[in-house]
Amino acid sequence: MAARALINVPKTAKRGDVIEIKTLISHVMETGYRHSNTGEIIPRDIITSFSCRYNGEEIFAITLYPAIAANPFVTFHTVATTSGTLAFHWIGDNGFEVTEEAKIVVG
Amino acid sequence: MWWGRVTLTGHDGVRVAAVALVAFLHIDFARAEIPPAERRSGYDQMSPATKAMQDDDTANPATLAVLDGEALWTRKAGSESKACADCHGDAAASMRGVSARYPAFSPAKGRPIDIEQRVNLCRTERQKAPPLAHESRDLLALTAYLGKQSRGMPIAVAEDDKTKPFIEAGRQNYTRRQGQLNLSCQNCHDDNWGQKLAGVPLVQGHPNGYPLYRLEWQSLGSLQRRLRNCLIGMRAEPYAYGADEYVDLELFLMWRARGMTVETPAVRP
Amino acid sequence: MIPKKPIPHLMRDGNRFSDKIMRQREKTMLRITRREALIFGGATAATGALPAAANTPGQMETAIRRVVGEAEIRKGKVTLDLPPLVENGNTVPMTVTVNSAMTKTDYVKAIHVFNEKNPQANVISAQLGPRCGKAVVTTRIRLAGTQKLTAIAEMSDGSYWSDTQEVIVTLAACLEDLI
Repeated sequence: MAARALINVPKTAKRGDVIEIKTLISHVMETGYRHSNTGEIIPRDIITSFSCRYNGEEIFAITLYPAIAANPFVTFHTVATTSGTLAFHWIGDNGFEVTEEAKIVVG
Repeated sequence: MWWGRVTLTGHDGVRVAAVALVAFLHIDFARAEIPPAERRSGYDQMSPATKAMQDDDTANPATLAVLDGEALWTRKAGSESKACADCHGDAAASMRGVSARYPAFSPAKGRPIDIEQRVNLCRTERQKAPPLAHESRDLLALTAYLGKQSRGMPIAVAEDDKTKPFIEAGRQNYTRRQGQLNLSCQNCHDDNWGQKLAGVPLVQGHPNGYPLYRLEWQSLGSLQRRLRNCLIGMRAEPYAYGADEYVDLELFLMWRARGMTVETPAVRP
Repeated sequence: MIPKKPIPHLMRDGNRFSDKIMRQREKTMLRITRREALIFGGATAATGALPAAANTPGQMETAIRRVVGEAEIRKGKVTLDLPPLVENGNTVPMTVTVNSAMTKTDYVKAIHVFNEKNPQANVISAQLGPRCGKAVVTTRIRLAGTQKLTAIAEMSDGSYWSDTQEVIVTLAACLEDLI
């Protein structure tokens, strides 16, 4: 099954409101510092970056390191300007790439 | 410190020493069931940050598994090409309260089975699909989704002539000293709950939130996985997954927690 | 992460160190753990050293300088919010708040968080802008033991501000081996 993402964006907002966006995605975030029981390093497998675009314009981006807990949870804010689409993009090791969208109506 | 052939250094040594001291000093032998008024969910002893993680569905890491379970509920499987929904319809209606009364007696098996075994019975006999492995992502997702349909409801496993012998077998397991540390579940969870073991608060050990997201695991896990952790912590040989001993113990623990509120999918440290 | 001789069926996930590394670390760590260990209750676990890549306070400073250069870092504007005592170092909620109006001319450009004791000093590096409205970022992090963290905010005028917090990390009492 593909990675599961959970986005929490208010469906509607007043123009100029500062809204909170919450994101949660399933990912093991293997640090690359753990050893298997035969002594070998378990290779790193993490999400390395996450970004959010509001009607195409990037409004927030974050670089994640192995210090981020499994199933990364990231929240941030944005000003509700116009109605449209918020696009969320996660990129990680081993070709990991997930895109999700949420619509917002701004009045 | 030494423990047989096992050398434990540093903090593991401290932890084992602490647990061994509890066992050796035979502290506080109430040997009685916790009175119903004093029963507490593990939730009560968590930090505010962890409680907040459980309370907010948009932040609870277990929500991801519940969403997976919701998708699996309608996915066709097996040679019968049936989805759970084809027989059971909308889970919110048909599965309401089900997890709260599991483990339940299975006439086919002649003994109680837990919710994981029930799901696999459906898979093998109705969907004609291979059973889902213990702790597999799919089985956890389905049981989390099912458990959530009982959230907020009181635990209510049957206590009747059919189940009583198994509840008793579970109680025997719960009160029996075992493992290298010669501890019983009761020593910590009945006699010393609320106190600390190597800096960590001891909970009463109620199964009212399973499957749950344990921060230690950084993933969802079943009650059986948690029981295995306890057995290993006591330095006892854990039973294989799916063993009758676990189901008897689960049944006893659910009986012990009767009336308490289901919190699935919970978060625990 | 606790150094001990490898005992496969009893070892926790992620704590399997080679014999050589264990013997190297054991001497130093036993001194530290004996000093800090209490048999009953309240034993705060300063978890053991990690292999070779282990971090030190000096390494956090180096990592900060790599991002900030020689610029002055002032205290203020930033609030790093972490629980002072965490139940489990695997998943620690963290919020960084920067006091800024987030206007087009005065806003937070970036927020960086660093740690002392994890194998790697970086925790996050976030890019913000005036469209954020508020400079508040929350996530969940891993902490390999009791340590200090530092959050640094880079403002649009090129200034740097910081906040530091110490977190005490305890460990679960009943662990498991690999399933």
